[in-house]
Amino acid sequence: MTATATAEAEAPAPTAKATHFGSRRLRREDPALLTGEARFVDDLHLPGALWLGVVRSTEAHAVIHGIDTDAALRIEGVTEVLTGADLAPLWGGAALPCAWPVTDDMHNPPHLPVAVGEAKYAGDAVAVVLATSRYAAADGAAAVAVDYEPKPAAIDLASAAEPDSPLVHESLGTNASYTWELTPDPDAVEKAFAEAEHVIEERFIQQRLIPAAMEPRGVAAVPSPAGGELTLYSATQIPHILKVMTAVTLGIGENKLRVVAPAVGGGFGSKLNVYAEEIICSALALRKGVPVRWTESRSEAALATIQGRGQVQDIALAADADGRVKAVKARLLADMGAYLQLVTPGIPLLGAFLYHGCYDIGHYSFVCTGVFTNKTPTDAYRGAGRPEATYAIERAMDSLAAATGLTPEEVRARNFISADAFPYTSCAGLIFDSGDYHAVLDRAMALADLDARRADQARRRAEQNPRQLGIGFSSYVEMCGLAPSRVLASLNYGAGGWEAATVRVLPTAKVQVVTGATPHGQGHETAWSMIVADRLGIDPDDVEVLHSDTAVSPTGMDTYGSRSLAVGGTAIYMATERVLDKARVIAAHRLEASPEDLEYVDGSFRVRGTPASSVAFGEIAFAAFTAHDLPDGVEPNLEAHATYDPPNFTFPNGTHVATVEVDTETGAVEVVDYAAVDDCGRQVNPLIVEGQIHGGILQGAAQALYEDAVYTDDGQLATASLVDYLVPSAAEAPRYRLDSHVSPSPTNPMGVKGIGEAGTIAATPAVINAIVDALRPLGVTDVEMPASPQTVWRAIETARGRGGAS
Amino acid sequence: MIPAAFDYEVADSAAHAVELLSRGGDEAKLLAGGHSLIPMMRYRLATPSVLVDVGRLDDLRYIERRNGAVAVGALTRHSELEHSGVLAEHCPLLAAVAAEVGDPAVRHRGTLGGTLAHADPASDLPAAVLALGGTLVARGPGGDREIAAADFFTGWFESALAPDEMLVEVRVPASTGGWNYQKFNRRAQDWAIVGVAVADGGSGVALVNMGSTPIRAAAVEQALADGATAADAAALAAEGLDPPADLNADADFRRHLARVLTRRALTAAGVP
Ligand SMILES: Cc1cc2nc3c(=O)[nH]c(=O)nc-3n(C[C@H](O)[C@H](O)[C@H](O)COP(=O)(O)OP(=O)(O)OC[C@H]3O[C@@H](n4cnc5c(N)ncnc54)[C@H](O)[C@@H]3O)c2cc1C
Repeated sequence: MTATATAEAEAPAPTAKATHFGSRRLRREDPALLTGEARFVDDLHLPGALWLGVVRSTEAHAVIHGIDTDAALRIEGVTEVLTGADLAPLWGGAALPCAWPVTDDMHNPPHLPVAVGEAKYAGDAVAVVLATSRYAAADGAAAVAVDYEPKPAAIDLASAAEPDSPLVHESLGTNASYTWELTPDPDAVEKAFAEAEHVIEERFIQQRLIPAAMEPRGVAAVPSPAGGELTLYSATQIPHILKVMTAVTLGIGENKLRVVAPAVGGGFGSKLNVYAEEIICSALALRKGVPVRWTESRSEAALATIQGRGQVQDIALAADADGRVKAVKARLLADMGAYLQLVTPGIPLLGAFLYHGCYDIGHYSFVCTGVFTNKTPTDAYRGAGRPEATYAIERAMDSLAAATGLTPEEVRARNFISADAFPYTSCAGLIFDSGDYHAVLDRAMALADLDARRADQARRRAEQNPRQLGIGFSSYVEMCGLAPSRVLASLNYGAGGWEAATVRVLPTAKVQVVTGATPHGQGHETAWSMIVADRLGIDPDDVEVLHSDTAVSPTGMDTYGSRSLAVGGTAIYMATERVLDKARVIAAHRLEASPEDLEYVDGSFRVRGTPASSVAFGEIAFAAFTAHDLPDGVEPNLEAHATYDPPNFTFPNGTHVATVEVDTETGAVEVVDYAAVDDCGRQVNPLIVEGQIHGGILQGAAQALYEDAVYTDDGQLATASLVDYLVPSAAEAPRYRLDSHVSPSPTNPMGVKGIGEAGTIAATPAVINAIVDALRPLGVTDVEMPASPQTVWRAIETARGRGGAS
Repeated sequence: MIPAAFDYEVADSAAHAVELLSRGGDEAKLLAGGHSLIPMMRYRLATPSVLVDVGRLDDLRYIERRNGAVAVGALTRHSELEHSGVLAEHCPLLAAVAAEVGDPAVRHRGTLGGTLAHADPASDLPAAVLALGGTLVARGPGGDREIAAADFFTGWFESALAPDEMLVEVRVPASTGGWNYQKFNRRAQDWAIVGVAVADGGSGVALVNMGSTPIRAAAVEQALADGATAADAAALAAEGLDPPADLNADADFRRHLARVLTRRALTAAGVP
């Protein structure tokens, strides 16, 4: 794959004085969220709606011999119980979509919204109940008796890839869905390893994670029987994609379908999907002629919403005597779960180009095999592929530091891509846009107060303090701003990566911005209003941002992959420029000047050199509306549309330094300090940037320390409640100290890159590297994730030759 | 996460509650703070047919000095224990342990009677009452009876209470000798993986989550009585125990934690 960076060189100077761009403006979204005014799917009042209850398989893998619905049908309020076989005609046997067939020979077995004949994971839908209340639907679902005959199940990822494993889909004859390789020059890789002074080989396990968005999923399908239209409300990140996919899956005209994502309480990738419940509710609402709705419960979300990560990673580095890396080899097994959801197979490949991290190495080889298991499907989870890649390379770089006797910072500095190398063509074929990794590292070390911490660490080591200190580095670069459509084509992705925007000036000079990016907590409304207000020289409060409803915003590719600002924000910027261009023509007409002689200052066009001769934006807006005196050939109204397809990805980067205290007696780990320096290009609103980094770091630290979707050997999810699945709270958040470096991206006019995933990508290896750093003198070289007290204590005991028994 | 259907009654006195319980039979349950019972109902691990709400019996919310002891009404909230001046003066251990329960929201709803009656071996306050050698007062159709804390906890989520009895009061001796509570967990609001309560300079030591009930660490208490150091006594903390295994800790790790935490608790309590 080659990405072409058609650099638009330097960002042009703004036409109006930038007064909002770069300011810490409070989020306009928050008052409604904090006061409970925001309306989520479950808040919709829909008289006459039927509630859906889903009967989920209690077995990981089982033949369904029969489904007894009698008891459920006797429950007051239950109107109907339907099995997979009953429902099949509603979707004509069509399957839930997977839009990313990563290879031509990828196995993608049919994934029915409700299983027929066989259940393939604990949580697989096997029947549904319709009832007049949510309570009756739950009682009904609990009363459906399913006769299962359990079959052997493939649970452990590494074992599932073995030839003697039970098969998830017997007809395939294998659990492998696909194998995807990127090795530009295999001989050169082998040669580098043969000649290497140091070869580092590590195996890392990426445990599965449960996304656990604050709002579980919810769906409400509302039909208009007279005209055959359907409005689908869903707690989704992707109303636009969902609309196309639902129309295609159910064979209804896209013109008859409207999708609305009301207030959405977080997604982290888990709502970037087309789910069974969306299809079931839509199909049943159309058939019944009444609304059909469903709200996911928290424990249901653990089973029925996609999970993240789930990889076995083998990484090898070939380095010379000075610790310079010459080649990287990565071999992955990636857990697909039982079926492929919307972009399941592509997730590990979003990391495929980044297993060499921010390092200037010669040669590269990456191979990934996607493996089916009898577990909940995996898919995008914050960072999607890039946290996994960063974890592997950043852990391996610390191993290299240990092998060469260099400090972690020195081994990184020796290998970084240098600032003068940008735009930099990577060994994996990407073109990195901009950055100064050395400057970022230096700043991170200063921010972390590295010398003082190392002194404290040495003191504790000398006095054999039971509380040891560890300092962990993580330097990352990620590819964001998904994505150039042609690159997506080369990866077999089923859609483009552009984003659309409309900027509409109303008669009174208030502005409506319509965005195809679909926020679900990020703060798009605030950021977009700041961008537009700056360009137009007006108040951000005069800019309304419309989104998330396909009737209002018909065109879009939605929000994921840190794309909203770099792609959607650029579309907004472009549409605003077009509005200004038209306004300039109208202004010139009114001032009887030529457009080239006008300058736009503080919300007015004025003739250069004669500031007294000016016309305010408001006058132009009204003139465009009345159309009484427009120049010939100029259409009434002031509105412009733009669609932006980025020429390249953007490449945010940074270095994070975590300091942890490890209680060597109990294995407890506390992150006592966390310093992060990120380069996300120019920042529209540093307050929003910091919020994204804070949450991201905590989510990344959570993988390192707390979260784990644990499956029993027979495929039961042992962590289906938030008592057992340890999502950290504010009390667990480390003390964050943030700084930034700004290297504007030359790819887009605002020079922005994206910050949605950076914290999550960087934090996991920083924390684990810190724990290993604390314990290396005791002989510990690796700690599995999550580094629970028991795991850390066992690692210490094992290193001391005691094995941890008593 | 949707409970099964149930009936709901509000008790206007402890006697009324007992009467409603007797009428409801085995399927009736008292509802106090609801912070243990309602989660279990939402998972359908508990499916009572009648809930008898005693949460409004404010006359059972008190903390007072009585005959050298401290008497606490069963409906007293954890947060009230946490901030009680009477406890700060006469039984600081109980207040300190209450402050370790869950998070502020939990502490404002959960009641002392509820957490004792629930008899979860992973709960904090039962071990504190046990270490203090407390006495529980149960009201039934035949009147009140006293049950020593040592006799109260009979098994996993099981107590000496009859189905038609209600806890109305808890009495703990005034105790200001060296005390400490060590709670080991992974997130601030979680239950203890292991906890150790030390009362009265080590004459009462009780363990959280080391068996099917809160447990007196008898070997530790005996060793201390015989003059052992904190470190030597603590080494006996897991003696004879068969603690549970779960995702946070297997039995070996729990035994190890019990020893480490007991040593820390004794040391913090001033035991040499
Ligand atoms: C998020 C969360 C975190 C928590 N963390 C902790 C923790 O860290 N440590 C900890 O110890 N606890 C914790 N708890 C439990 C909390 O302390 C409970 O409130 C307490 O255990 C039960 O008290 P309650 O008043 O809520 O009882 P309820 O839930 O109302 O009742 C519990 C049981 O006791 C019975 N009962 C209640 N009152 C009486 C009475 N007076 N007489 C007889 N029977 C009665 C009920 O019938 C029921 O069976 C947590 C709870 C939650 C939700």
